[in-house]
Amino acid sequence: MNLLSQPDFVIIAVGALVGIASSLLGSFLVLRKNSMLADAISHSILLGIVLVFLITKNQFSPFFILGAALIGVLTVFLTELIVKTGRVKNDAAIGLVYPFLFAIAVVLINVFARNVHIDTDAVLLGEIGFSWINTVQIAGFSVAKALVSMFLVTLLNLVFVVLFYKELKLATFDPGLAAALGFSPSFIFYSLLSLTSVTAVVAFDAVGAVLLVSFIIVPPSAAYLLTDKLWKMLFYGAIISLGSSLLGYMSAVALNVSIGGMMASFTGIFFILAFLFSPKYGLLAQEIRRKSLEEENTARTLTVHLYNHENKETSDEECRIEALDSHLRWSKEKIDKVLSYSLDKGLIRKELNNSLLQLTTKGRVYAQEVLEPWSNI
Amino acid sequence: MTEFIAFFSDFSLRNVALGAALLGITSGVLGSFTLLRQQSLLGDALSHAALPGVALGFIISGSRSLLPIMIGALISAAAAAVLMTLIINRSRLKTDAALGIVLSTFFAFGLVLLTYIGHQNNAGQAGLNTFLFGQAASILPSDVWLMFAVTLISILLVSVFWKEFKIVTFDRGFAASLGFNVLWLEFTMTIMIALAIVIGLQMVGVVLMAAMLIAPAAAARQWVKTLEHMILVSALFGALSGLIGALISATGKGLATGPLIVIAASIIVLISLLFAPERGLLKEALNRRKNNKQLRQDHILLALYNLAKEHNDPEYKSEIGMIKSFYHHDPSKLLKDLESQGLVYTVEHMKEEGKHWVLSNKGYQDAKQIWQDIGGSQ
Repeated sequence: MNLLSQPDFVIIAVGALVGIASSLLGSFLVLRKNSMLADAISHSILLGIVLVFLITKNQFSPFFILGAALIGVLTVFLTELIVKTGRVKNDAAIGLVYPFLFAIAVVLINVFARNVHIDTDAVLLGEIGFSWINTVQIAGFSVAKALVSMFLVTLLNLVFVVLFYKELKLATFDPGLAAALGFSPSFIFYSLLSLTSVTAVVAFDAVGAVLLVSFIIVPPSAAYLLTDKLWKMLFYGAIISLGSSLLGYMSAVALNVSIGGMMASFTGIFFILAFLFSPKYGLLAQEIRRKSLEEENTARTLTVHLYNHENKETSDEECRIEALDSHLRWSKEKIDKVLSYSLDKGLIRKELNNSLLQLTTKGRVYAQEVLEPWSNI
Repeated sequence: MTEFIAFFSDFSLRNVALGAALLGITSGVLGSFTLLRQQSLLGDALSHAALPGVALGFIISGSRSLLPIMIGALISAAAAAVLMTLIINRSRLKTDAALGIVLSTFFAFGLVLLTYIGHQNNAGQAGLNTFLFGQAASILPSDVWLMFAVTLISILLVSVFWKEFKIVTFDRGFAASLGFNVLWLEFTMTIMIALAIVIGLQMVGVVLMAAMLIAPAAAARQWVKTLEHMILVSALFGALSGLIGALISATGKGLATGPLIVIAASIIVLISLLFAPERGLLKEALNRRKNNKQLRQDHILLALYNLAKEHNDPEYKSEIGMIKSFYHHDPSKLLKDLESQGLVYTVEHMKEEGKHWVLSNKGYQDAKQIWQDIGGSQ
């Protein structure tokens, strides 16, 4: 048994490829604030699958890809059509179109139950655990079918993103300029969404519609919190997908639970980690920044206070530690903090048995920056 | 008629129909608020996010009874709502991403929990199927009572906080300035939506629940102008879709109730978009046509008026070629229309030149008015 048909490897690789293929496209959807179209498309492709199935009566047919792409484009087209009437807002239009297409698909499955061997659960949830069972022979090796198809889709998406990187970037960040320069933003947008549908239909065997949404949206969202560079965002999205697939599989096997579900849950865990600990945009970083700004502001207030009373008759009374308590109404804790901060930064010094506070040259400049911003220019 | 009576005497069918109608009413009323607040996809997200709670409800209660599942779903939907608010307010991601993240990861986690139960006993798989597609047929009278209670609570809350909800919906800032606790009101609304979702899961399933919170309200919006009327019409449309879905499903062709309800609701939306008396697309097209025609007629009247003015003769007899040179198109048909309205009449001026057109007294006054309205020189 070689590696390419070995269950553990195949499952992890398929999961990772689904993630990489989806997050490549999802990055642009997140940046365009169109994430929920991924949700809409991944549900409505059920109709594409059912229709192709009814027409071709074949479970493995390239027409699935075509059908899915068409239904994906139809979903977006209908949504935009409704929005264009001006009667219904964008979010509501999404929520009108895809449930309708999905409902038709479920009814069709009901009506043609004898002809359609589609397990609706499988479409929504997939079963990545079985992805290694069907194999094909390639150059004498037996390779899992799902691996081959996901590899091809990932390659397709990668080629699309690399070839049209400039256009995608422009159409995403400045559609107006893109249109003015002669790139059609809507053409790029529709290509992106067609590819999303194609990815969805190829991946649905493995992860199903709802879990695919997490692969499309969550890794790029986490990556978006980690970087400001588009190519880095794509790269981090791919890394997070890989990590989710690996850790998801390992913990799913350990706990004997849904593999796809666990992989998707791990994208959520990575997101939470990025949300909390991203060096620039994380909650923790925000909190630290806020705290240090607060410290800085208090220190500045202290220097301004001292500057105002410097060399005046009242300076003996005002420039004392006790005055901070009685005049500025600062708490003991706050006074301790600001004194140690300001002494550390060399803004003030203590004189006369530590009772009198005096500005250093640096501290004076610090106060002047606020009081007389013109004096140092 | 006998079928009709048979329908209402059929026990399980009555439960389904009642349940569907109640769901339609609740989601119609609450959907009106979410639609106007542009939070339509909140229902979508929350309904997916209820899955972990459903699973926990199973695990803790060990049964498939509705109440513990409802409580679990409510808690997990509320947690999802809080997380979503946090992501939107404290990160640079926008609403769409927050919705998608919460929707898909909660759902995935719920799936993990359900498969965990599935290995302990067999309730997991059956529960999952119900959750995904609804299982209207299995609705019990006690479930209907529960749905009735939820509907009643929703309507009661909406009536008690009517003024507050209305102001928060239309002008959040104003509501805050009046001293309303906006956050609390919004949270109450979200919890009510979660409640509606929980009862909807049993009926139509998770994917289609989103539509129930949007379609009736979107349809109602086309027919009426005030929130009061919108809520009533929306509840009516919701109930109607529920009943239609339940009835068609009852014809025994093995069609699931949920999708039929959603298709019925979608068709009501389509009809409303097209045929609503004021906002309908048909009405708009007709109006545009009427305006176009009016504009063309005015154009002809002005041509005649200016010719008359140039010749200092209100009854100036204009030759058709002359009018054509002003109008640039063939004016014959329009002239006939104007003639039938008594604004112009024809005279034989010189035989070889054919008919000539003259403004009637009324036509002259009309044309003069139009000329002044567009600011033409005297």
